[in-house]
Amino acid sequence: MIEIRNLSKSFVTSDGPVDALKNVNLTINNGDIYGIIGMSGAGKSTLVRCINMLERPTEGNILLDGRDLGSLSKKELREVRHSVTMIFQGFNLLMQRTCLKNVILPLRLSGVPKAEAEKRGRELLEIVGLPDKANAYPAQLSGGQQQRIAIARALATDPQVLLCDEATSALDPKTTHQILDLIRDINKKLGITVIVITHQMSVVQEICNRVAILENGAVVEEGEVAQVFANPKAEATRNLVYPEMADTAAISDVHGQKVRIIFNGGPAAREPLIARMAMEAGIAASILGASTRSVGERAYGYILLEIPGGPDELAKAVNFLREAPDVTVSVEVDYAAKEAN
Amino acid sequence: MNLQNAFTPEKLQEAWEIFCRDFPLALWDTLYVTIVSTFFAIVIGLPLGMILVAGEEKGIRPLPKWLMKTLNVVINLLRSIPFLILIVMVIPLTRMIVGTSVGTVASIVPLVVAAFPFVARLVEGSLREISPNIIETAQSMGATPMQILLHVMLPESVPSLISNFTLAITTIMGYTAMSGAIGGGGLGKIAIMIGYNRYKYAVLYMAVIVLVILVQIFQSIGTKLAIKCDKRLKH
Repeated sequence: MIEIRNLSKSFVTSDGPVDALKNVNLTINNGDIYGIIGMSGAGKSTLVRCINMLERPTEGNILLDGRDLGSLSKKELREVRHSVTMIFQGFNLLMQRTCLKNVILPLRLSGVPKAEAEKRGRELLEIVGLPDKANAYPAQLSGGQQQRIAIARALATDPQVLLCDEATSALDPKTTHQILDLIRDINKKLGITVIVITHQMSVVQEICNRVAILENGAVVEEGEVAQVFANPKAEATRNLVYPEMADTAAISDVHGQKVRIIFNGGPAAREPLIARMAMEAGIAASILGASTRSVGERAYGYILLEIPGGPDELAKAVNFLREAPDVTVSVEVDYAAKEAN
Repeated sequence: MNLQNAFTPEKLQEAWEIFCRDFPLALWDTLYVTIVSTFFAIVIGLPLGMILVAGEEKGIRPLPKWLMKTLNVVINLLRSIPFLILIVMVIPLTRMIVGTSVGTVASIVPLVVAAFPFVARLVEGSLREISPNIIETAQSMGATPMQILLHVMLPESVPSLISNFTLAITTIMGYTAMSGAIGGGGLGKIAIMIGYNRYKYAVLYMAVIVLVILVQIFQSIGTKLAIKCDKRLKH
């Protein structure tokens, strides 16, 4: 278990001090795939570097199974880094060494004999699906393959925790998907806790079970991925979860009666709800905006409808929609009309 | 320098005889002095270059500021003394190490003193090419500063180091010609003593041509080796 307690980090720059992290509190349980998401500059990278003390926190503590990492000696910290390993956006392989040599580097650094290390290295290459690349050099590999080698290297010392710093940000969507699959496999099969730093909601959606949203160095929201998706509270979260939602501000210029349907993780989005409303209630609503996605077989998202006719039709539509399971229906205030008054 | 009668058939004939008689030994002296000097310059300069990079304020193993400042000043100082003057200045040191201050072996001492600061700067440059991300990665694995230097930074900069050592060896070869002026053997001595002082300009030109060829050979070998070693290039 990793506990981040009252963590703050400030840097002194030429423009004065910058608070990169402000009083961050998080608990990451064993076996979690924990997402930390935020826009660039939100402090994600600093946060992940505090977890393995590549950055020393200005205030606060990092507890790994109750042990305060900030109080460790350099030697003890190097030991801890065998159990908290890291992969990076740029893969960071040694370009002058073969893949096998890259993978076994952490073992060789900790004094494991060459033959034993190489045996383990080949097993690791097997795990990441590249057993035939032992003698290839990183430059001969694609980005996705290089990240696999980096993952094998990170697994070499049998870590408890794997830190992923934007590990898929340099990869195309298909390769991203494959790497995320591998990370999920590692989490399940080897029981390694994974902390994923990313700016892509899709990454969190695909593999994480919990997520923290970081904005300007502070955690603005934290919880189960499904819950955060269903009901994003903070504005930063809404912007990340539904980047399209911002568009609805423009749509609100449209006069008329608008209803927002929010799907809270039920099967509702699979049903032809709008079509049924047209046929059964006789209300032909037009869709002004929508963003839905499924997380673990459940539907999340929203649809913004314009309801034709008068208040009666609006009430009828709202009543009809409220009967559907797992949806929240709200009538949008007509800002345009309000301003006109 | 009057070149009008320098290349008559008789002069060329005479130069050829000198070439056959004196050049094999001179060539050997030049190669010997160059290689031994380069070797010692690297032995001293390589660790110094590593210290320059590792020991700076934001390096992997920061050293006291005064020490780094002193080191930098000493290196800059040695780099700024003209070689001919340096030769004279290190005579006491040469005597202490070699026992004499004249001759081929004695010329190695000033060459090393002149070249090691140069090599230290070259090594510094090579090591600075290593991406900070790679160093951070090594730190995240729990590598000690020494391990980062020996297992990550040095191996990663091998192609660049080879290029720079090639530069060092060709430069040092140029310096050996100068040390020929004060009693060191080699092609430089022949060019000055026989070619210039005794007006046998054909000999002077021959010595220069051999030096040029030597530099070309070292440079080509070095460049080829650096490319061959560089695994970043797909081949």
